[in-house]
Amino acid sequence: ENYHISWQDSRNRSETTLNNMPGADKETDLSERIEAFLADLKRGGSGTGPLRGSGEMARETTALLRRITAQARWSSAGDLMEIIRNEGRRMTAAQPSETTVGNMVRRVLKIIREEYARSRGSSEETDQQESLHKLLTSGGLSEENFRQHFASLKANVIEAINELLTELEGTTDNIAMQALEHIHSNEVIMTIGRSRTVEAFLKDAARKRKFHVIVAECAPFCQGHEMATSLSKAGIETTVIADAAIFAVMSRVNKVIIGTQTVLANGGLRAVNGTHTLALAAKHHSTPLIVCAPMFKLSPQFPNEEEIFHKFVSPHEVLPFTEGEILSKVNVHCPVFDYVPPELITLFISNIGGNAPSYIYRLMSELYHPEDHEL
Amino acid sequence: MADCGEANGPERKNEIVRAKNEEKELTKEEKQRLRKEKKQQKKQKEKKDDKGSSEKSGREKTLDPLSASQVLSTQSPTQKVPASAPIPVPPSGAPSHSSGAPSHSSSGAPSPADKPAKSKAELKAERRARQEADRASKQQGSSSSSKTKAPASDLNPVVKRLPEHVQVDDPAVVKRLAKKLERQQIPLRSDYGYKVSLFSHLHQYSRKAPLTQLLSIPSSVIHPSIVRLGLQYSQGIVTGSNARSVALLHAFKQVIMDYSTPPNEELSRDLVNKLKPYISFLNQCRPLSASMGNAIKYIKKEISNIPSQYKEEEAKTKLLECIDKYIDEKVVLAAKAISKYAIEKISDGDVILVYGCSSLVNHILCEAFDKNRKFRVIVVDSRPRLEGREALRRLVQIGISCTYVLISALSYVLPEVSKVFLGAHALLANGYVMSRVGTSQIALVARAFNVPVLVCCETYKFCERVQTDSFVSNELDDPDELMVTRKGKTQLEDWHDLSTLGLLNLVYDVTPPDFVDLVITDLGMIPCTSVPVVLRVKNVDQ
Repeated sequence: ENYHISWQDSRNRSETTLNNMPGADKETDLSERIEAFLADLKRGGSGTGPLRGSGEMARETTALLRRITAQARWSSAGDLMEIIRNEGRRMTAAQPSETTVGNMVRRVLKIIREEYARSRGSSEETDQQESLHKLLTSGGLSEENFRQHFASLKANVIEAINELLTELEGTTDNIAMQALEHIHSNEVIMTIGRSRTVEAFLKDAARKRKFHVIVAECAPFCQGHEMATSLSKAGIETTVIADAAIFAVMSRVNKVIIGTQTVLANGGLRAVNGTHTLALAAKHHSTPLIVCAPMFKLSPQFPNEEEIFHKFVSPHEVLPFTEGEILSKVNVHCPVFDYVPPELITLFISNIGGNAPSYIYRLMSELYHPEDHEL
Repeated sequence: MADCGEANGPERKNEIVRAKNEEKELTKEEKQRLRKEKKQQKKQKEKKDDKGSSEKSGREKTLDPLSASQVLSTQSPTQKVPASAPIPVPPSGAPSHSSGAPSHSSSGAPSPADKPAKSKAELKAERRARQEADRASKQQGSSSSSKTKAPASDLNPVVKRLPEHVQVDDPAVVKRLAKKLERQQIPLRSDYGYKVSLFSHLHQYSRKAPLTQLLSIPSSVIHPSIVRLGLQYSQGIVTGSNARSVALLHAFKQVIMDYSTPPNEELSRDLVNKLKPYISFLNQCRPLSASMGNAIKYIKKEISNIPSQYKEEEAKTKLLECIDKYIDEKVVLAAKAISKYAIEKISDGDVILVYGCSSLVNHILCEAFDKNRKFRVIVVDSRPRLEGREALRRLVQIGISCTYVLISALSYVLPEVSKVFLGAHALLANGYVMSRVGTSQIALVARAFNVPVLVCCETYKFCERVQTDSFVSNELDDPDELMVTRKGKTQLEDWHDLSTLGLLNLVYDVTPPDFVDLVITDLGMIPCTSVPVVLRVKNVDQ
């Protein structure tokens, strides 16, 4: 804590001196902000810091990247991309499970590439097409590109990032607007844990339709309880069930609507633990499984990378220290995420509309450049 | 009984009335009041619908007590001649309904003008003949008649009584239960909290309001060991199918030891009647499990089979022996047999997954460990009961290496599991496994990962009911148990204030037979679908 306060102090001091001496101080100010952001990331992931939604995380990352673009020293697009890539690597290393950070970095890199290409005059389509001819002949050219200096590049990039920010701010509303197309009256909808997107989705539908929601509480954090109280305060008939009863009540459910932490490159999900069971139960009863996920959650990761896929928190949540004698003789696991394969998912609803899981790879190629998949 | 129809209406009522004459607790006024209410109910039903009502009321009388007919058949030796043909005539004059049109016997009695006297004699004769036939067949011995009876009863439609505890949304049933409990002097437990509409047909009680608070002390009707047992059930101190049945049988042993036959009574009849209020009381504390139901049936049969020439002491010792034999055979020896079969299925290097705390599965694992099999165990647990911790303690004490996870982490642990062992609360006649909530989920995910699922169950838990989903017959536990306090905050604290919020705490669920690969019983290893075969074999044996 003392450490944090000293950072604050030095930041205040640097801000007051900012007006006096621009230039060098801007850089220290920038690096301080980055360090503070990294520290937040590290703390937030262990569940002890303030819990932030992915949307907030995405917006903060983008704002920080915009600041870097504005304040860092760079002369050509290549330099800027190097800087952003470095910062991006540090940010993802601080909290590997927070994939939205990496996604935003990749989006900004793609923006830079596009703006550069536009400034150079070459159209975007020719760059996109990865024909075999292009691969063989122009393999070496791409290295040199991005060295030219364009005066208006900075302003263009910042403008594009601003557009990205507005898009991010409107994602939840965009998704919620589609609610009435998918929910009819007298339905029983099931969900698990707490997702702000799904909450907004259901509340929007509840304005015009009457339906019933069953929330699985999702031990050990029991975020389903918060979701249920919030939904019932909005006037929706809600029931809270324990995780163990998911299959038992599934026969009466018409639709399953869930949120997720990440959408993977193959169309699968990395969602809160218990979601795989929910998806299997829905498949057994042929109940459609709908995932409400904004586009910034789409990540070019694949689920086979075992080391970075799973994240664990303190087993004290599962077997508390009060259990005493047996603690030392028992292995206790508390994984946070589950993998849901794409065969179990019926539909993705995102801010750009509804999509099948088989279409995700196309969306990814529109959002990120293949060379940025590995930061 | 398939031919019983309208002609048997007043007969039935006569029998019931006579049966009620036996119970010394009722006063004459009470009896008449009961009769009046019954007739009024019938009257209302008639007025609604002609044919339907006759069938219904006929059925009602056959249902209302199967016990009445039981009492009747044991009373056949001492038949009382209905002197003044106690056809109930309400003192408040004849509710002479304008029921000229429906000419059914159900209303025939109160309008004596219509029923000519000769039919009374006819009916009496018929009744006497039937009772002779019953007595004759009973004394002929069970072997011949049962063989002819068994196939006959399989084919005839059996009118089964729907248990009260799945009809809570029907006010008539609730009223009937309340009257029955009042008669037996047992307090009625009231439901608690907002019930989810899908389960409005089930009871939902609160742990904080046990039934014993409403009892007066000292209770004259209920034996103290039964009171203690009821409290242990309702507070969750004694849980688990085997534990509950064994505790029940021990309590009944205590009751039998303290029992003394009142004068002019036969032990075989009176003891069964004494046990009825106890069973109602225990049912109110916590609905009876299938194994307890089977145990009670066995005890009642044993008691009513006591020959009348036994002295009281002999009879009591015989009963105590029977109970001990039952426990020994059906629980202890069965567990040994099951572990013998199950250990064949455990090989070295296995990773075994178990769910919750099943005494049988724990026993199997302990035996396997004693026989030096090398395996490790993953214990899966779920909120709110967290029974897996008890299993974890027992296994760790013996020295088995264990891992512990919650049920939401199931997909994470399953890839390394080689077998799943599950316990059962009951096995239903259509092959479904009724067990703790969450078992079906484990079987589902195990099947998705191609892990074999083995269910271990003693034969005394086999049940003739059929069920396809977890809604129609289940138990709702106290909803407040779902609340949890994390970081000093309880999210659902004021769930009562939010009218649209409900908490659902299910206790059981049913697993379809296609998720289960093998059932290990004391008769051997059978597939799930062979349960009705075992039931038939058991019935023929007994």
